[in-house]
Amino acid sequence: MYALEVNHLHKTYANGLVALKDINLTVPEGDFFALLGKNGAGKSTTIGILCSLVNKTSGKIKIFGHDMDKQLYAAKSCIGVVPQEFNFNPFEKISQIVINQAGYYGVPWRVACQRAEKYLKKLGLWEKRHQPAMRLSGGMKRRLMIVRALMNEPPLLVLDEPTAGVDIELRHGLWEFLTELNNSGTTIILTTHYLEEAEHLCRHVAIIDHGKIIEDAPMKSLIQQLHVQTLVLDIAAPLDDAPKLEGIKCRQLDKTTLEIELNITQTINVLFAALNKAGITVVSLRQKINRLEELFVRLTQPAGVSS
Amino acid sequence: MNLIISYPNRVALYTILRKETTRFLRIWTQTLLPSAITSTLYFIIFGKLIGSQIQPIHGVSYMQYIVPGLVMQAIMLNAYSNTSSSFFGAKFSRSVEEMLVSSMPDLTIMLGYTAGGALRGILTGCIVLMISMLFTHIHIQSFTIVILMAVLSALLFSLGGLINAIFAKKFDDVSFVPTFILTPLTYLGGIFFSISQLSPFWQKVALLNPILNIVDTFRQGMLGTSDIDVRFGFLLVTVLFLILIGWCMMLLRRGTGLRT
Repeated sequence: MYALEVNHLHKTYANGLVALKDINLTVPEGDFFALLGKNGAGKSTTIGILCSLVNKTSGKIKIFGHDMDKQLYAAKSCIGVVPQEFNFNPFEKISQIVINQAGYYGVPWRVACQRAEKYLKKLGLWEKRHQPAMRLSGGMKRRLMIVRALMNEPPLLVLDEPTAGVDIELRHGLWEFLTELNNSGTTIILTTHYLEEAEHLCRHVAIIDHGKIIEDAPMKSLIQQLHVQTLVLDIAAPLDDAPKLEGIKCRQLDKTTLEIELNITQTINVLFAALNKAGITVVSLRQKINRLEELFVRLTQPAGVSS
Repeated sequence: MNLIISYPNRVALYTILRKETTRFLRIWTQTLLPSAITSTLYFIIFGKLIGSQIQPIHGVSYMQYIVPGLVMQAIMLNAYSNTSSSFFGAKFSRSVEEMLVSSMPDLTIMLGYTAGGALRGILTGCIVLMISMLFTHIHIQSFTIVILMAVLSALLFSLGGLINAIFAKKFDDVSFVPTFILTPLTYLGGIFFSISQLSPFWQKVALLNPILNIVDTFRQGMLGTSDIDVRFGFLLVTVLFLILIGWCMMLLRRGTGLRT
């Protein structure tokens, strides 16, 4: 069973902007799926259509087998959405926001109260439950939207940049929570600009660019497509010019920093052998950007532009 | 029909109704008090001070004559402004998306908001009626007409407010209709006068005002006197109500002002 099936999805806005061009996606039940793309690529439009905040121009969408054209309410009952921007009443109390959300899905009051307690405690908001939402910090507001999206206990959770503007500690806490949720059976679709987040969490990734899916593959096989990795080396002795290393592309960033590009056939040992031969001592080594980010940049940059 | 009566939809409907009722009761100084103060001033100035100089109209004192109109005015304006401000506020804060993404049908959203606005309208109407009893004695002639007309009018204007909020893009759009259309029509709608006092031409013009028909039908139920046929009043309100239901459902289905 697929949690989500999207077939030939098109969206043209009233102003003529073509946001989506023939999108096809399938997300298996239980998957942790990343939908990546630059700003304006079409991620939020896709999510907007999934949660029926955006009207599609054409195409078919099924959520857990329910056709959104024929069984809209059954399809919507299977999905929970955490939008990119805050969309709650800032004057309402936190407990009211989440309990009302459960009510909109037809969850009885008593059950809604139990779920509110469970998820507010889980995400560290229980103590704040009597406060109006506007008094929460940015990170707390993000967590509130996650709690709200879970109130109908949806089998499919869609998160549109859930960790934007969230500090590192909290981000890691959210990663842990989402992994736990996924392990318990919830299918998760995630959009994010933090590509290490997608690489860390997701098993499957689709990249959308200018309204088209340009890549859709399991994370591992996608990473393996990366033929090149870029390393940054801090060296002990300053150099006036970039050293010539046999068969290895090397660029000098400053007197004590080198950027090395290795292709998939070259090992780190080959690099160090060349460095030893040139008499260069390496103090530290790091990847310039993470692997998924490198691939993402290469896939989405216009032809002829170098990263 | 299943969309309304299924258990999840009843829970959803009750949730909107509870939220709306809690909202207008929490801010009662903005929602309930103004009508109480305004109507008290009308009763003192028009009813007591000026009304004592005016001859009875259709056999009732002027103070008694203006009571049904002021009660109905409170019902109509409060029902309208409740849904228009609340739903537009939800649009403005984008919290309306909480409802739009849920599995609740559009019909439930419409019913919940309409019922919430109607409840405030009726509650305010009851407050104005109670205040009127401090100034005059009202012997209600037909509870059936009074209750039916109050409920139908509250639902009609509440629905009107919801449609206004669906179209509204800024706060000015929400206040335009009550300020420039509804309030003038209510004052010209026979609250303070009988159309029999007008020339035949203006009588015909006045009858085109739906609010006059509503107020006079309500007055028939309350005082037993009216310038129009109450059957026409009920027919008018029912037809307008059905038209607004169809319009509102079409707007919600299309996502006008709500979905892109």
